[in-house]
Formats: sequence, C-alpha cells, structure tokens
Amino acid sequence: MSSIEERVKKIVAEQLGVKEEDVSESASFVEDLGADSLDTVELVMALEEEFETEIPDEEAEKITTVRLAIDYIKENLQ
Amino acid sequence: MTAKIALVTGASRGIGQAIAIAVGKLGYTVVGTATSEGGAEAITAHFKDAGIEGVGMMLNVSDSASVESVVKSINEQFGAPSVLINNAGITKDNIMLRMKDDEWYDVIDTNLNSLYRLSKACLRGMTKARWGRIVNISSVVGAMGNAGQANYAAAKAGMDGFTRALAREIGSRGITVNGVAPGFIDTDMTKKLGDDQRDALKNQIPLQRLGSPEEIAGVVAFLVSDAAAYVTGETIHVNGGMYMA
Repeated sequence: MSSIEERVKKIVAEQLGVKEEDVSESASFVEDLGADSLDTVELVMALEEEFETEIPDEEAEKITTVRLAIDYIKENLQ
Repeated sequence: MTAKIALVTGASRGIGQAIAIAVGKLGYTVVGTATSEGGAEAITAHFKDAGIEGVGMMLNVSDSASVESVVKSINEQFGAPSVLINNAGITKDNIMLRMKDDEWYDVIDTNLNSLYRLSKACLRGMTKARWGRIVNISSVVGAMGNAGQANYAAAKAGMDGFTRALAREIGSRGITVNGVAPGFIDTDMTKKLGDDQRDALKNQIPLQRLGSPEEIAGVVAFLVSDAAAYVTGETIHVNGGMYMA
C-alpha cells in the first residue's frame, strides 16, 4: 500500500489536473496549483472519500497546502 | 448506471404534486416531501397510482436537522439526488402595520432559508457527479409585489437572487440553477382568496384564467430536461401574461 503522502499527492494531482511531480509538499492549492475555492472543497471531498473520514468545515478551511493535508490525515487517522 | 434521483419539496398537493409527477415521467425516481407522516404516505400512494417510481418522506424544510437526516436517508436508500426542486412554501399574509414577528420569520424561513439548507445538502452529490439541476419555485409576487404579502414577496425575490448567485457559483460543475415564477395558479393556496378577489385577478390576466399546476410542472420538467442544458440563472415567469418583464 502506498504511503499517506503518496495517496494525498495522487488525489491532489487528479483533482486539480496537475502533474504529480509538480505536487510538492509545500505547494499551496490556490497559489501554486491554480485551484479556485470550489476546487479546494472538492479536493477535501476526495480526501474524505479516499481516507474514509469526515473532515469538518472548520478544519477543511485550514487545509490549504499539500503538507497541511498530509498532516491532517496523519493526525486524525491513527 | 444507477437510478436518477429527484427531490421535490412540498409535494403533497398543488404545484409540488404536479411537478413530482412530471419529473417522475422524465424517468426519475422521485422523493416528494410533506410536513407530516400522513402526507408522506399519501405521496407514496399517489406516485404508485400515477405509475412513477418514488416515495414520500416527511421533511420540515425550516429545520436543518430534518433536512440533513432526510437527505442522508435518500442517499442511503436511493443515491444522491441530481435534481432538486425547491417548491415548499407558505403564506402568512398581513399588512405591514399589523404583521407579527412569526408571520414574517416563518415565511422567510420556510420559503427562503430552506433553499440554503437543501441546496447545501444536495450540492455535494451534484458536484461529484458533475451534473445537477436545481429549480426554485418563486412567484410573480417576488417581481411585482403584492399588498399584504411583504414577507412572501421578500422571500420570493430573495429566491430569485439566490438562483442567480448559485448559478454563477457552480456552473463550472455542470449544475444549472433556475427558477420558475408562477402567477396565480388554481391551488389550495389561492383558494383562500374570495370569489371577488379571484374575479378581480382574472381581469388583470391577459389569458383571463388562473393557471393549472400542470402548466407550472411542464416548465419545471423542461428546465430539468436536456433541452434546457444551456439555461441557467434564469427565472421563467409563467403567469398568463399578468406580468411581463
């Protein structure tokens, strides 16, 4: 099974239509990967599905970079 | 391919009932809502008689928890609705100088705040599917105004604004949001009017009669159909000519 990092990056690449190698951990969805606000909501929805969890809106709004997404999943999925 | 699901609020009678049947005839499995269990059962029976797939469910559109739980159970039982018809509405008419707080707030809550609750609950599924249709049933009164209906007119005009804003917001995901604004339609809501009032109304309508619920449902069915794929953010007036924008 792939690592959480790999799975998150794969979903980010799919959802935002960017190449996986461009998805660095420090990348911001909006500033670096060209996401709009609707894209970021859909991205969170895709993460929820992949990791079979529910991310509350207050938390979802804080997930603005690839690293923050990985951190959230790691912290909440143990 | 799973069944196509449509959610129609306020489907126990009048315009909502006609819409539910018309959408069912397009091949949708329809969930029609009523405010009581008895109403929901009557909807289920009516769908069966009309030969369309679907059920009635009890829903209070002014209660967020009720909206959440009904949408959740639709998702579990049938799948995510790709069509949402916000039809449920009430009137509590009074002149402004006599209007009570509950008359104002109840009408705004049931007619307008319900759009926020239901659309939000259904948008996830539509966004994921990259396809959806939302139709909000407003009123000619939202455009023209009507003495004694400041609460209703405000709510209905608010719905039209909501329609345009949401249409812009989610158009990129293949979801259209439109409105249908009925004029005076022959339903329980307009039966409250006296004969004198009804006669006076007819004189203001070029087609010289009240409309039928089916004449609203036909336009809603059009907006749901592929023929209307390029229509969004629009409110279509269906009023026998009494108001022309």
